[in-house]
Amino acid sequence: MKLKKHTKISFLNYGIVILFFIVVQILASGGMLTNSLRGQLIPILSYVIMALALNLVVGISGELSLGHAGFMSVGAFSGVVVSMSLAGSIPDPTLRLFCAILVGALFAGIAGVLIGIPVLRLNGDYLAIVTLAFGEIIKNVLNCLYVGVDGSGLHMSFKDTASLGLAADGKVLINGPMGATGVTKISTFMGGTILLIIVLVIIQNLVNSRTGLAIMAIRDNRIAAEASGVPVTRHKMIAFVTSAAIAGAAGALYALNYSTIAPKKFDFNTSILILVFVVLGGIGNMTGSIIAAALLTILPELLRKFADYRMLIYAIVLILVMIAGNNPRIRSFLDGIGKKAKKEGAGNE
Amino acid sequence: MSKEQQDAILVTSHLGIDFGGLTAVDEFNISIAPDEIKGLIGPNGAGKTTIFNLLTKVYQPSRGRILLDGKDTRSMSPVQVNHAGIARTFQNIRLFDKLTVEENVRIGLHAHVKYGMFSGIFRLPAFWKEEKRAHERTLELLDIFGMADMAGVRADSLPYGAQRRLEIVRALATEPKLLLLDEPAAGMNPSETEELMKNIRKIRDEFKIAVMLIEHDMNLVMGICENIVVVNFGKIIAEGTPTEIQNNPQVIEAYLGGRKEEN
Ligand SMILES: Nc1ncnc2c1ncn2[C@@H]1O[C@H](COP(=O)(O)OP(=O)(O)OP(=O)(O)O)[C@@H](O)[C@H]1O
Ligand SMILES: [Mg+2]
Repeated sequence: MKLKKHTKISFLNYGIVILFFIVVQILASGGMLTNSLRGQLIPILSYVIMALALNLVVGISGELSLGHAGFMSVGAFSGVVVSMSLAGSIPDPTLRLFCAILVGALFAGIAGVLIGIPVLRLNGDYLAIVTLAFGEIIKNVLNCLYVGVDGSGLHMSFKDTASLGLAADGKVLINGPMGATGVTKISTFMGGTILLIIVLVIIQNLVNSRTGLAIMAIRDNRIAAEASGVPVTRHKMIAFVTSAAIAGAAGALYALNYSTIAPKKFDFNTSILILVFVVLGGIGNMTGSIIAAALLTILPELLRKFADYRMLIYAIVLILVMIAGNNPRIRSFLDGIGKKAKKEGAGNE
Repeated sequence: MSKEQQDAILVTSHLGIDFGGLTAVDEFNISIAPDEIKGLIGPNGAGKTTIFNLLTKVYQPSRGRILLDGKDTRSMSPVQVNHAGIARTFQNIRLFDKLTVEENVRIGLHAHVKYGMFSGIFRLPAFWKEEKRAHERTLELLDIFGMADMAGVRADSLPYGAQRRLEIVRALATEPKLLLLDEPAAGMNPSETEELMKNIRKIRDEFKIAVMLIEHDMNLVMGICENIVVVNFGKIIAEGTPTEIQNNPQVIEAYLGGRKEEN
């Protein structure tokens, strides 16, 4: 049977993830997995998921978001609260992880709806500036948020831990700028891989459906899309909210891999980092996002010595990519390679 | 309202729009019968494309009324106007360049493919059934112009004439009652134009829809339009059958006035 091009790409992406999983299992069973690399597994998966989510907005919907770390943060802290407060009632960590991810996605999705409703009905690049502000606001709100739990339920305050009024058996879950402390680490490599596969299914099947086609039509030519009967705001919302919810899921997975997680982890730099993954991997190219996010997350770990220069190197690479992408001669050269590859590909079918 | 207007698919009355101080269209009154091929002609800058933009609500009229199939389009968005029955092509071609020919047509089918986002994500039976139907319908539509074998080609790699034909197919996919064509023959060679004339007639006969077209190629306009509206400086200066228009002194003046002086 002859498969369509996008079906092939989808299977390639599932293949890459499964291969990665198998290689890690083999390395682990052979005792070849260093501790530092082991510690990077969940962050790699989280950032790959973040890059895929952002690519849905930037590449498929053609909008710019500069605050995706904000959605990750919402997912992270709501996930932590769920996991910690359900510790008694759901002892099974896998099931608890599942609940935490689901609630993280739900809260981040709600944040996405709240931002999308006013912004996405406008035509123009307003989303970038609003998401930028959202990321900063969320960070600052979480910096003064205190949450605790005791026998009577959840307590919340914006002042300090004392004003939570916890009973003697109470426990502080989120401690202002210190963030969540004493978190039980329940994220697993297996769980993260399954989440990544589910995210791939959702994004790829969405893109390769009537809905995805409508989203891309709006990106390519809004006036023609409207004249063809495609509702604009609804489809921009679908892409943005799906992306926000997935970012929330990634945030929960990420946070539950650490015993302590502070709000400042999800700042503007993190948003830009994820955008760098998307740009380097190729805008709209999901395979590229997976590989770029994975490599650039491992790289600083492998080149520990250079970690201080990471942001500098990213900035330089990003500028180079922008220059290369906007230079017509380099462009046509790259296009030429692309076309040649396509022709050869077509010949093989 | 006259009998003719009651049967009409589209009626405009006192339609007009201003851009700042410029009155681009004024007192535009027409009615289009459900199976009519109407021509809209006039010199460059006369306001023809602006009229299409008013009918499709790309521009909100400054004054006047548009009745589409008896419904006032005042509060409709461009998307709602399309759903209510008007489809169009663009003078400066607006295809989805990076998508394939088939995908371009599929976007036109958007409102007529009946499965939701969740059926799409989870690949439920509705997805497979409707995708198959949409694929078949797409090939059928492309076949009007003998383009079915180009379904997998990227839209921006098509030759100019084929891009114009693809725009017509995409518009037809939305199942309009009225098809607006903005200079469909622009950039086509005489044999392509000849072919296009036949196909526009075929579309009207098979789909039983009304067509209004803007065109500078007088052979095409006189050859297929049953009625012609002539505009100049945003106002209707003549209306009638091709023969009437060809012999109308005002039209000759508007079109040839300048040239006569030159000679
Ligand atoms: N958005 C706009 N803002 C300002 N002026 C406009 C706008 N759109 C059209 N016009 C003006 O309205 C007038 C009519 O333009 P229009 O494009 O409708 O002409 P046309 O009859 O389609 O001409 P052509 O045969 O060259 O396509 C022109 O003077 C044009 O500059
Ligand atoms: Mg025009």
